[in-house]
Formats: sequence, structure tokens, C-alpha cells
Amino acid sequence: MFYNEVGQFKTSYRADQALFPIRQDLIALGVFLIFLYAVVPFTFNNFWLNTVVIPTLIFGVATIGLNILTGYAGQLSFGTGAFMGVGAYTAFKLTTYFPEINIVILILTSGVTSAAIGLFFGIPSLRIKGLYLAVATLAAQFFLEWVFIQMHWLNNYSESGAIVAPTRTLFGVAITGPSATASARYLVVLSIVVLLTWIAANLVRGRFGRSWRAVRDMDIAAELIGISLFGAKLRAFAVSSFYCGVSGAMLVFFLYGAAEPNVFDINRSFSILFMVIIGGLGSIYGSFLGAAFIWNLPIIIRLIPLALGLRVEPVYTEFLTSMIEGALIISVLIVEPRGFARLWQIAREKLRLWPFPY
Amino acid sequence: MLDILHKIFVGPFIEMSHAPDLLVQVLWEGFVSGTLYALIALGFVLIYKASSVFNFAQGIMVVFSALTLVGLIEMGLPAWLALLMTVGVMYVLAVSVERTILLPLVNQSQSTMIMATIGLSSFLIGFGGFIFGGEPKSMPVALLGIPTGSMQFSVFNGHINIQNLDLAAAVMALVMVTTLGIFFSKTRIGRALRAVADDHQAALSVGITLKQIWVIVWFTAGIVGLTTGIFWGARSDVSFSLQIIALKALPVLILGGFTSIPGVFIGGLIIGIGEQLFEYYWGVQMGGGTQGWVAYMIALLFLWVMPQGLFGEKIIERI
Amino acid sequence: MSNPENVKNPPLLRVDDIVLSFGGIHAIKGVSFDIIKGEIRAVIGPNGAGKTAMLNVINGFYKPDSGSITFKGTTYSSVKPHTAASEGIARTFQNVALFHGMSTLDNIMTGRTLKMKTSLFWHLFHWGPAENEELANRAVVEEIIDFLEIQHIRHTPVGKLPFGLQKRVELGRALAAEPLMLLLDEPMSGMNVEEKEDMSRFILNANEQLGTTIVLIEHDMGVVMDLSDRIVVMDRGLKIADGIPEKIKTNKAVIDAYLGTTHQEHASA
Repeated sequence: MFYNEVGQFKTSYRADQALFPIRQDLIALGVFLIFLYAVVPFTFNNFWLNTVVIPTLIFGVATIGLNILTGYAGQLSFGTGAFMGVGAYTAFKLTTYFPEINIVILILTSGVTSAAIGLFFGIPSLRIKGLYLAVATLAAQFFLEWVFIQMHWLNNYSESGAIVAPTRTLFGVAITGPSATASARYLVVLSIVVLLTWIAANLVRGRFGRSWRAVRDMDIAAELIGISLFGAKLRAFAVSSFYCGVSGAMLVFFLYGAAEPNVFDINRSFSILFMVIIGGLGSIYGSFLGAAFIWNLPIIIRLIPLALGLRVEPVYTEFLTSMIEGALIISVLIVEPRGFARLWQIAREKLRLWPFPY
Repeated sequence: MLDILHKIFVGPFIEMSHAPDLLVQVLWEGFVSGTLYALIALGFVLIYKASSVFNFAQGIMVVFSALTLVGLIEMGLPAWLALLMTVGVMYVLAVSVERTILLPLVNQSQSTMIMATIGLSSFLIGFGGFIFGGEPKSMPVALLGIPTGSMQFSVFNGHINIQNLDLAAAVMALVMVTTLGIFFSKTRIGRALRAVADDHQAALSVGITLKQIWVIVWFTAGIVGLTTGIFWGARSDVSFSLQIIALKALPVLILGGFTSIPGVFIGGLIIGIGEQLFEYYWGVQMGGGTQGWVAYMIALLFLWVMPQGLFGEKIIERI
Repeated sequence: MSNPENVKNPPLLRVDDIVLSFGGIHAIKGVSFDIIKGEIRAVIGPNGAGKTAMLNVINGFYKPDSGSITFKGTTYSSVKPHTAASEGIARTFQNVALFHGMSTLDNIMTGRTLKMKTSLFWHLFHWGPAENEELANRAVVEEIIDFLEIQHIRHTPVGKLPFGLQKRVELGRALAAEPLMLLLDEPMSGMNVEEKEDMSRFILNANEQLGTTIVLIEHDMGVVMDLSDRIVVMDRGLKIADGIPEKIKTNKAVIDAYLGTTHQEHASA
């Protein structure tokens, strides 16, 4: 009853094309944003921010990135982890050379390097598609992983081979490094995430988003109506890698504080792919649902036996997580290929008609 | 600059001609890993030919079957019984896959099927680890009657060392590839299996249903996986990290084509020998560990020159 | 409509001696004909005559082995699909080649692809030129939606629509490109009489109101004879007749080709 659009007539195409054509959605989003900015940083403790909220936001950005490539443009990629790594190492090198430039700007810039490298590995899409292209992304993954290990210049010749985020400030407050508080890091991450999410939502609803979806649904027809397949795929690779790169840089600077190359290995690529599938292929907000679910599943699995007073070896929670993820992916593909996002949409449709279902 | 060019274009070849025995040794090592890549790729091809499904879980089926075998032997079962039971487990797996994945997802797009089999991989890793534990296990070679020890041959005034195990693995791989190749091209059932991807009627006409065919190919792929797992496990250890190496079947398939059994063998050899040569003569100077990516780069270069693969048919697109 | 003035106009498109083969099988064996601006030109013939292959040659999906295509006075040995589209050739497909995961509106919007030029930068914010361009093109698309009477399915994913409506959406996507020439491959297959009447009306309106030249493949002879100005008849890769409907109806070669196939069908049945 409260969620219905009666009386909200669209009098222009502008209103109909808005991101949130239904007024209640816009209000709900506003309330949610106020909650995220004004309530969360002051009420959530460090544990919640560090283990649940910040990682979900950061991985959500990588998931949007892969979703643009796989969910929107239909190109399967196994190179997400490596592209995240490119962002992280670039941000690390940039802040070494330009410590006076604000770290937030450097992190966003590092996405550009990642985009350039993503573009390079997307070039084979001129000739190949489908599984063949997926092999090109595997080449990117394994080659870049090797570069992260072998090129000691990348980690400033550190003995451990790890990169460590130095302390950097914003408006005089430390936002990276050991002295940065969880809420400071959270607020910076949240702002970057809100900006990037808004941009992604804009991109996918306009002509570029349509060309991606057209290539995904039927590439031959897309070509015949004048969409350049190569151009559309390359743009998807570039934008996708940008998002992954920024996510990887945020991961090191705002969450882990330090990282070794194995943070960006192929298992990372798979885990982001799981987030995309579970959250919903071709959905921006689904990306966050997927990230939240996959990231927090092992935490929940660890916590449940603990709450019941049982002791379970950590390695078993890992295996249990892997099993549940696998089973869930298969079920999602069978039951609702558009993932959690679609389930949420169905629930909303029901709510729209409530209390009269017909 | 000149120094670098020398290191790339001259040095390695001088090295090869100076120590030909070493070259032969490197080629042999490459040959053996190539045959094992070919075996994994063979599992992919079987399933792909009969159901157009790209089974991303083939690599984990290798690990899972080997893990089951070692796990059962460690529980105290005699080797022959453990082997038999593992074969049984692979059959149950094939039936379960048919029921829970193939049937509900029939006629779905190729990428949906890839994602589903990635899900299957994740499930099998968890399931295998949950039952048999996650730590690397060693294959009880002696119990399974696999030869050990090594032989030495004299070549080019030097000598090469051949592990009996490697020889057995290579022979086994050759036998499997040949047998399955003949089975597919010469027997009635084989031809029906091959036809089923394009024409369900043809398969039905020899009296097998589509579901039975799925079970047969997944079971066969499981047995191929088990064989691969035994030899691979004997050469290194049985652990989940094998799954990453098993992904090299993908570049093998790109070279050999997704539907060609002889192609798989040749593709496997090109990849196996190519990456060993590169690592030994070029990779070491770059810091080593290039085996992780050389296979994929070879495939990528190859795709650029010959997008159809060595044995793939030219596809005419229709609309 | 078979206006004799039309015939004097220089052709908008001419195909000369087109030969096309796939791995030894000849789909088209040296066919020539022309299409005059503003006419409705039908291509008919029994199954396997090479009609769809000919459309594929015209819009660049297939590269002919030999022969040439002259469009707007320029002669090509073959065209690229992208060039054909940007030069003003749009088409629909026998089996409907829509983007199934996208709504009717989005599908027709993709037809405007070549009309939209704003850079990625503005689209990041969906602002300024990007927003104006989206809205201007949306207005054009809405006119097409009105024209085709599909307002009620505007936001429905096309994969969920019945075949008849999908065909209509596909026509809409082709019209959205404001093409000079529209290639329609069996636009009425699988439709009932009422749907066929609607579709005929849309095709005639497009031809008369928008001045679009139309090339039509269709099996329903009634529809073909009613709609078209001139007809090309193909059989087994060859052109066997070319002319106005009245002449084609009585052409002996055409009757033989059709009766011939009928005989064969009876014989094989």
C-alpha cells in the first residue's frame, strides 16, 4: 500500500528515463545513504567495519567491474584478480613517487593503468570470442601474477615481497596506513564507491550500455545494425578493468594495509566471478548483494558453530564454504539466472501490488 | 641492448648446440608433461563432443578422483578394491552431474554451462577436502604397481635420465588417446556419441537416450581423469593446486581444437615441450617460473595467427 | 503504385552477376537485378533458391565470390556490414535476431546506434549532451512505437513476447535507423491473417510515408502480389524471372519452378 506509484504520472521522457522512476525508491535510497553516512560510522565498531562493511563495499566495486564485462557485455573473464593487482601496484608506485598528491586521486588514477592493461588483453577479442577469449584473460591473470612476483621494482625491492600502504591523509586526517581509523577509511571508501556506482549505473543505461547488452545477446545482429563489436568489447574491457583496478588499490590501502601477490591470484578472480553470478549477471546493485553474500558467507559459517559452542577446524569451514558456494551457483543458474538481484526485483513487484495481488 | 638481443636470439641456441644431451632431456620432460596435459584435455574433448558443454571441472575431477583413491587406500582398503570403488564413485558423480546440472540446464548457453561447471569445481573441492582432508597426499605408487626407478641412455656424448614412471605415464596417455580416438571414429556407439551434439535423432536410432549418453561420457571423462590423476599424483603430490595446472588443458584445446582427439595430443605436446624449452633456455634468465603463463601466451599468439586451431573446422556463421 | 516514372529513375542499388558458394556448394550462381528508389521489390522463389543469401550479400554479411554491388552510384565488390548499415541499409531476419534480454524500447533504441555520437565522458554522468541525445532519440523511437502500435509492450523484455510481436519490434528496430533501404526477410512467416494484414499496413506505410525503399522476401503469394511493385524470382541460385506482378503471375518458368517443387514435395512425401 505504501509502495505504489499511483498518481505518479511521467509527463516527460526525462522522468521516465531517470535512474529511479518511482518516487519511493528515490526516498528509500536517500534514507539508505543517510544511514550509511551518518549512522554507520558512529555505531558500527571496528570489527564490523573491517570484516564486513568495508570489504563488501570494496569487492562490490570489483564485482561491478566484472559484471560490466561478463553480465552486460557477455565476455567471460578470469583475469579480475590480476587487474585488481595492477591497480594496487600502480597506486603503490604512484604514492611512492608523488607522496604529495592526494591518495584518493592516485587510487582513481591507478584504475586508468589497469584499464590500459585490460584494453591490451582485450585486443584478441577482435578475432576471437567466448571461451577462446576467456583463455586470453587467463593469460593476463597468470602473466601479471608472475610479473608481480618477479618485478621487485613494483614492491620497492621490499624483502618480504609485499607492498605496504604508507600513511596518507585527507583534510589532515589519516586515511591510510596503521594510524588511520576504521571509520575514516570507511567514509573514504564509501564516497568512492557511491561515485563509481552512480557512474556505472549511468553508463549501462545509455547508448554504451545498450551496445554492450546487444553484443551479449546477439553479436551478429549487433554488428549488422552498425554497432562496432570490437569497439564495444574494448570499451567493456577498459571500463571493467578500471573498476577492478580501483577496487584492488582500495583493498590494499583501505583494508589490508599490506599485500603480497597472492592476494591477486586466480582464486580472487573466481571469487569475484561467484559474486557476479550470485548477485545477478547484468545488475549493478546485484553486484553488492553478491559481494556481501560471498564475502560474508565464510564469516557466518565460522560464527555459527562458535555460537553453538562447537569447535571446528578452520580448514573445514573453508571446505564447507567452497561446497555451499558451488551448490549455490548451480542452483542460481537453474532457478534464477539473474541472481539475487532478480529475486529482489520480484519481491518488489509483489510489494508494488500489495495488498491486492491481482 | 645488444646484450639483451644476444640473450634472446643467440645465447639459448648456442647453449642447445653445445649440450645436445641436455636439450634432449628438456624435450623429454616437455614431452611427458605434454602427454599429461593432453590427457586432461581429452576429458574436456569427450564431454564437449557429446554435449557441447565445456566442462571447467575436468581439472578438479582429476584431483578429486586421485584424492578419493589415495583416501580410500589410506583408510586401509587394498589397492584393487580402492581402485574399483573410485571407479564407482566416478560413476555416481557422472549420474549426479546428469541429474543436477545437465538435465535442469539443458539448452542453456555455453557460458551458462561454463559457469555451472565452475560451480561444480567449487563444490567438488569443498566436498573432497571435507571428506579426505586438504593436505597434499602422496600416491602409493608401489601398491598400484606403477614402475619406479629410472633408466639412463647415452646420447650425443652425454646421457639422459628417464624416470620409469614418466615413461609409463607417456605410454598410458598414448594408449588412452589412441583407444578413445578409435572408439569414436570406428564404432557405432562412438559415432553416435559424436553425433549427439548435432543430432539427437541419430543417437536415439542406435538405441541410447541422450541422458545415457551424458552419463557415459561424463563417466568416461571421469576414468580418463582418474588415470591422469594417478600418474600426475605419482609425479608430484595429490593436492588441490593441481587444479590450477589442469587449466593448461585450455591452451592445449585452443591449439588442438575442441573436438579433435588427435589434435589434443599434438596440442599437448606443443604446449608441454614449448613451456619446458622456454623455461630452461629463456625463463631462467627472467627469474624463472615462466611455466605458469607460457602455455597461455603460446595459445594467444596461435589464436592470432590461426583462429580456427590446427584441426578445427571452419565455421560458417548463419543468421 | 507501379509508377512508370519510377522505372526511369537510376537504380538505388544494383547487383551484377553475383556468385556465392560455401565449400563447393553454389548458393547463388550469377544473379543480377536492380532496385529503384522508393519501390517495393519482392524476391521470391522456392526454399533453397538463394534469397536470404542474396540479402546477406547486399548488407555485407556474406562476401560474394565474384560480381559487384552498386549502391547510390558507387560500385563495390563486397561491403562490410558496418558500412552497409551506415550507408542506410537496414534489415530484419527470417528467425528474428532481436536482443532477447533487452526491453522493446531498448531494442528499438539500438536501431539508433549510428545516429548517436556523444562521447563516453558525458555518459559517465548521463548529463548534458549525453542526456539530450538520449532524450531526442527516445522521442524518435516513441514515434516508431506509436506507428507500430506496440506501446503496451514498451518495457517488456522481447524474449517474453510472442513471435508476431517480436517481428514487429524487429521492424521497429530497423526503421529506427531511418534507412534508405529496408531488407525484410519473411516478415510475415508464422503469422495469422490478422497479423499479416497489420504487418502489410506497416510495410506500406513505411514505404509511402517515410519513402523507404523495401526489398521483401515472402512466401505468401497473395501478400507479395499485393504489396510489391516488381518481383525477382529465384530458383536454385539463378534468377528465372523479373518483372511486375501481373507478368510474373503468368510467367511459365515461374509456374514450372513452383509446380516443380510441388511435384518434388509430393514425390518425397
